[in-house]
Amino acid sequence: METLHEEITDEIRAILDKWKPKEGNLIMILHGVQQRYGYVPWNISKFLASELSVPLARIFEVVTFYNFFNLEAPADYKISVCTGTACHLKGAPVLIQGLKKQLKISPKAQYTEDRKFKVEEVRCVGCCGLAPAMVINEEVYGRLKPEDIEPTLETIKIEETS
Amino acid sequence: MTMIRAKINNLPVEVEPGTSILKAAKLLNINIPVLCKHPDLKASAACGICVVRIANYNNKMLRACTTAVEEDMEIITHDPELTKLRRTILELILSFHPNDCLNCGRNGSCELQDLAASFSIRETRFDPNVEKKERDGSTEAIVMDAAKCIKCGRCIEVCQEIQDVWALTFLDRSYQVRMRPAGDLSLAESPCIKCGQCKIHCPTGAIYEYDDTKEVYKALLDEEKYCVVQIAPAVRVSIGEAFGLEPGKNLTKKVYAALRRLGFKGVFDTNFGADVTVMEEASEFAEILTNHPERLPLITTCCPSWVDFMEKRYHDLIPNFSSCKSPMQITGVLSKTYYPDTISVKPSKIFSVAVMPCTSKKTEVKRTEEMFASGKQDVDVVITTEELARMIRQAGIDFINLPDEEPDYVLGAYSGAGTIFGATGGVMEAALRSAYHFITKEHLTKVEFNDVRGIKGIKTAETTINGKTIRVAVAHGLGNVSRVLDEVRSAKEKGEETPYHFIEVMACPGGCIGGGGQPGKISNQIRMARIDALYEDDKEQRSLRTSYNNPYIKILYDKFLGKPLSKKSKELLHTKYIARPQYVK
Amino acid sequence: MEKLTLKTTQRYREQQRAVIEKRLKPDQLTGGQMEVMVCRSTGCESIEAKRILERLKKVVNSKGLDDKIHITQTGCFGFCEKGPIVKVLPENVYYVMVKPDDIEEIVEKHFVEGNIVDSMLMEEQQGKTGRREEISLFKKQMRIVLRNNGRIDPESVNEYIAVDGYTALEKVLNGMTPEEVIATLKLAGLRGRGGAGFPIWQKWTNARKAIGENKFIICNGDEGDPGAFMDSSVLEGDPHSVIEAMAIAAYTIGASKGYFYVRAEYGLAIRRIQVAIDQAYALGLLGKNVLGSDFSFDLEIRLGAGAFVCGEETALIASIEGERGTPRPRPPYPSISGLFGMPTVINNVETLANIAPIINNGGEWFASIGTETSKGTKVFALTGKVNVSGLIEVPMGTTIREIVFDIGGGIAGGKKVKAVQTGGPSGGIIPEKYFDTPIDYESLNSLGSMMGSGGMIVMDEDDSMVDIAKFYIQFSVDESCGKCAPCRIGNYQILQILERFGKKRGKEDDLEKLHDIAFAMKKGSLCGLGQTSPNPVISTLKYFPEEYNEKIRKPKIVQTK
Ligand SMILES: Cc1cc2nc3c(=O)[nH]c(=O)nc-3n(C[C@H](O)[C@H](O)[C@H](O)COP(=O)(O)O)c2cc1C
Ligand code: SF4
Ligand code: SF4
Ligand code: SF4
Ligand code: SF4
Ligand code: SF4
Ligand code: SF4
Ligand code: SF4
Ligand code: SF4
Ligand code: FES
Ligand code: FES
Ligand code: FES
Repeated sequence: METLHEEITDEIRAILDKWKPKEGNLIMILHGVQQRYGYVPWNISKFLASELSVPLARIFEVVTFYNFFNLEAPADYKISVCTGTACHLKGAPVLIQGLKKQLKISPKAQYTEDRKFKVEEVRCVGCCGLAPAMVINEEVYGRLKPEDIEPTLETIKIEETS
Repeated sequence: MTMIRAKINNLPVEVEPGTSILKAAKLLNINIPVLCKHPDLKASAACGICVVRIANYNNKMLRACTTAVEEDMEIITHDPELTKLRRTILELILSFHPNDCLNCGRNGSCELQDLAASFSIRETRFDPNVEKKERDGSTEAIVMDAAKCIKCGRCIEVCQEIQDVWALTFLDRSYQVRMRPAGDLSLAESPCIKCGQCKIHCPTGAIYEYDDTKEVYKALLDEEKYCVVQIAPAVRVSIGEAFGLEPGKNLTKKVYAALRRLGFKGVFDTNFGADVTVMEEASEFAEILTNHPERLPLITTCCPSWVDFMEKRYHDLIPNFSSCKSPMQITGVLSKTYYPDTISVKPSKIFSVAVMPCTSKKTEVKRTEEMFASGKQDVDVVITTEELARMIRQAGIDFINLPDEEPDYVLGAYSGAGTIFGATGGVMEAALRSAYHFITKEHLTKVEFNDVRGIKGIKTAETTINGKTIRVAVAHGLGNVSRVLDEVRSAKEKGEETPYHFIEVMACPGGCIGGGGQPGKISNQIRMARIDALYEDDKEQRSLRTSYNNPYIKILYDKFLGKPLSKKSKELLHTKYIARPQYVK
Repeated sequence: MEKLTLKTTQRYREQQRAVIEKRLKPDQLTGGQMEVMVCRSTGCESIEAKRILERLKKVVNSKGLDDKIHITQTGCFGFCEKGPIVKVLPENVYYVMVKPDDIEEIVEKHFVEGNIVDSMLMEEQQGKTGRREEISLFKKQMRIVLRNNGRIDPESVNEYIAVDGYTALEKVLNGMTPEEVIATLKLAGLRGRGGAGFPIWQKWTNARKAIGENKFIICNGDEGDPGAFMDSSVLEGDPHSVIEAMAIAAYTIGASKGYFYVRAEYGLAIRRIQVAIDQAYALGLLGKNVLGSDFSFDLEIRLGAGAFVCGEETALIASIEGERGTPRPRPPYPSISGLFGMPTVINNVETLANIAPIINNGGEWFASIGTETSKGTKVFALTGKVNVSGLIEVPMGTTIREIVFDIGGGIAGGKKVKAVQTGGPSGGIIPEKYFDTPIDYESLNSLGSMMGSGGMIVMDEDDSMVDIAKFYIQFSVDESCGKCAPCRIGNYQILQILERFGKKRGKEDDLEKLHDIAFAMKKGSLCGLGQTSPNPVISTLKYFPEEYNEKIRKPKIVQTK
């Protein structure tokens, strides 16, 4: 096994200490890991498997089942476009097209070439009243029009360089 | 117990509470089609083929395999609507399945193919969606052809619940669900122990044995080679199934005949090697029991899947492992050292083939450097019972009607103890018969140890040797094995006396007769038929029930090895184990 | 904090009520006193509600108005589309689409000078309006589930207690037997709001009678239906109402542990529930010896992780157990053998939010609302092409037309209405000619749709029915757990056929295939997802066959001489 960075083990340990005694803890622990790293790294999975005495296969079957968990490191900017019913009817497909065009992502792909941006479709972010909506990292953008895309992306890019 | 009364297709039926509709229907000779349900396994309810109608419950359709019969249920198992429903489901499944029967490892023995035939599928009505997927033959024991997988979950259930290996699981979801090792690794990089249980439980050709017959043909055609072959105990009682016979027919002597007709010059029996294993292992046990009780329990090692499992998961128990090689490896090394002397052939010309009930044996031949004790690879190729059956057919041999023949006795004569190696409990019983003699110098009057026989997952027994109580355990199916070993481990940790002195382990439920290389279907009924046939073979050896009485064994030791655990024995017949990681990555 | 007991709660409640007395009775607000509420549910929160609240407090403070103007945060008012929203009492007006920079003006003109700022009121067909009684969205509504939404601070247990919160739990612990609770629910006729409409008293009775070392109560807050936000609004706006109900359920069935299963995406709801749980523990409303009685009850949150199917009860159980959320065959039903093999009651958020009022007001009161078979109210998330979309609660039996036209204010942009979709991906399309159908479980089923959890999407003449069916099937394809063949493959095959229609390349036998696949899925799928996911296709095929037919490519007619 790859050795784990000590401070990392401490953080993961804190999560384990809280959840280990509880029945059915795996998903909550994975939430903790995902929150820390943005994904579930291979060596952490192995570490969890041995700490929790669960087969690695169990961890992978769970991680790959739930959309919330990723096996790959996240992009710097995750743009989640809501494709719930309300947003779909009010133009989410056009938004996605526009975003991907602006960022030069091919229609079937999710990441930009440098993996800085990821455009993904998600289901209802709970602001249906503001449809169509998207979330960039944690921030929600609502009542979007296709012409809003360019300025929004510009602001992000400027933020990034500053 | 109060029985449940119900009606199936208007026929009354009475069953114990909890009985599935599927089982209840069987009692009335009604066959409900199934695809995902296997008699060994918990129902996964995945396919939907077995749906039946409950007439007095809103005509609701429920799965026969998972639904228990309830009081007064009126069940309809077959009507035109159900047939149409099943047919559509089948067509849907086939729309994600390649039309590839002619190139398939299961052509002719495929449950999906059978269903398609019986439902008169004549066209692909729904858009075909078959993705080309790379096959995974990395283990060189079994091959996974994911394109043919119908996601029934049987392999996963076996691998996780029965074998406790967890090499396989379902990844992802929806139509992208796939059975794979964690992290999409190859099987060889996973904890897979190559037992092939997934393969014999798979209803389709998605998992099949790694084919080595080409190697065998090549050697048979090579003038320079002198081909010898051995057959494992379990092969003789199952090969008939590949030719349409009932399970449990002992065809030992026809197999010998067929092998000669295929061109093998030396025809041996792994049972002989099993007798040697007994000589060595029983001596080892006698030695440890008297001189090194701290090394107890002694654990058997003739199953390579088990060895693999132990090296990955229980390597703390390596000191408890019998160092004795498996009967196959022993027969192999003797066929390249001892045998050539007896017929004046250069050892280097010998090409040694083993016919095994086992997929794992294909990898055992290269397991460690000790498998090359003769100076070259001791067993060159392993083929399974199924592969042999195919070779026999290809060679145009009318197998069932062959005259009986005898083996080449030098490495072919066997005792009853050798033959029962193929059944769970057999190794233990065979070893006890000899160990008794080695310790007491007396002969057993009754050689049967009935407590270690049968299909129960964990069998324990006590016997008295020289006034000392010997506790033994027999476990098969690695899930059961884990349970026994955890007991041993925890006693060790607490510094308590070991719960057992001698433990027999076989990876496959039922032992090798239920191995991953066996033909046809598997169920406890079939296992029992094969096991019974082996014990029958044991009985038929009348006077020769113990290994140390086998005259050819005596010659072997007199002329070649000296005595059990001699220097030469240790060089040729024993091996070592190392700790290995579960995941390569 | 001192723990409450059955003896001390009433006094505590009176103290708390005094604090918010005037908000509850606005006519007592005199001499320029005002109660100001800022919505801080997900919708408004995502567009700066927090800054608005802070700014309000700052400006009010700087003008020295602190003792006159009382400001609180609340849960969703219901018309989030117009958020962020600020409500002012005693005038009972709502300012909509408020920006932080508007605050100065509101404070100056309204709070100081006493003039309502018309320009920030809601635009209705008849002009700007802001008074609650004039807003169409509130017409015909009846609020039981949403009783406290927009009225109290969801992060304050004291405000909940002040509005009679936890009185039902007190009543139960003060001498109602579990049988009496069940009898009340039976009389009330409350049915599950999570979709299937199973009678609650029956479920609780089964679990009560079932034998197990432990028993569990689970609140299903997975709310996977895309475009629906009823449950999250309750969880964000009034979490204690659900906690109280779970305690009552636990007492009734004999459970001592409960789980909140909430979608991981609902960050705000999760935070509010946790705050509420912590406060309830601190006051002795949860934990050992609730309110000093013999009854003990622990409550814990468990998160979903992005799988719609985990709303299905057996999949939800698998998920809490730490496994893949694949449904398990039923029977056995969870009420007999559920979480960790123990008897388990799973109820939807909205179902639970009805419990306390029923206990307080009696079963007869509840049964007097609604229709013959469907009692009480139903919350809908009204979205799509209506003029006013939002969260509404209406008595069962209200017609679709009343919802779309009277409450939703008709179709935006003067377009013609075509249909509504209820029940999300499991439901169906209801064409305009059936809009006079009163909403209840049975009527919706008979139309080929279902109540579902409460999403109601309005579609106008521009919306293509094939497209909408395709949208839902794509959803079901993505969300199928993949365990059983009819659903895993059936959805995918239907999608492929619909995609052909989308390209006007339908084949003549495609319609028959669609029916065959749908039949196989309905009858052969293991769980509700696969059994119901063909509904959007079946219902559009039934009501709008022409939209399919026109997309079938007719064979070319070859002329021969
Ligand atoms: C695919 C599927 C998804 C479901 N999603 C939800 C959900 O998000 N929330 C919910 O309360 N019930 C959902 N249900 C219904 C639940 O299985 C269950 O019936 C319900 O939570 C019971 O609560 P009730 O009796 O209060 O309605 C879903 C059912 C299915 C088949
Ligand atoms: S309508 Fe939706 S977005 Fe708006 S506040 Fe309510 S839940 Fe939030
Ligand atoms: S798995 Fe069966 S049906 Fe499929 S190709 Fe092989 S033999 Fe044919
Ligand atoms: S079964 Fe049919 S397809 Fe297969 S080989 Fe025979 S004729 Fe050809
Ligand atoms: S061969 Fe055995 S260990 Fe390997 S995947 Fe198959 S069942 Fe699992
Ligand atoms: S490989 Fe075979 S046993 Fe395993 S899921 Fe696929 S079809 Fe079933
Ligand atoms: S253990 Fe099994 S495979 Fe090995 S020799 Fe015995 S029967 Fe054959
Ligand atoms: S039990 Fe026999 S057949 Fe099975 S893996 Fe072991 S040696 Fe092979
Ligand atoms: S119907 Fe769909 S979601 Fe339900 S078990 Fe089957 S595949 Fe999974
Ligand atoms: S549908 Fe987009 S936020 Fe709900
Ligand atoms: S055999 Fe019953 S569902 Fe597959
Ligand atoms: S979120 Fe503010 S009114 Fe609904």
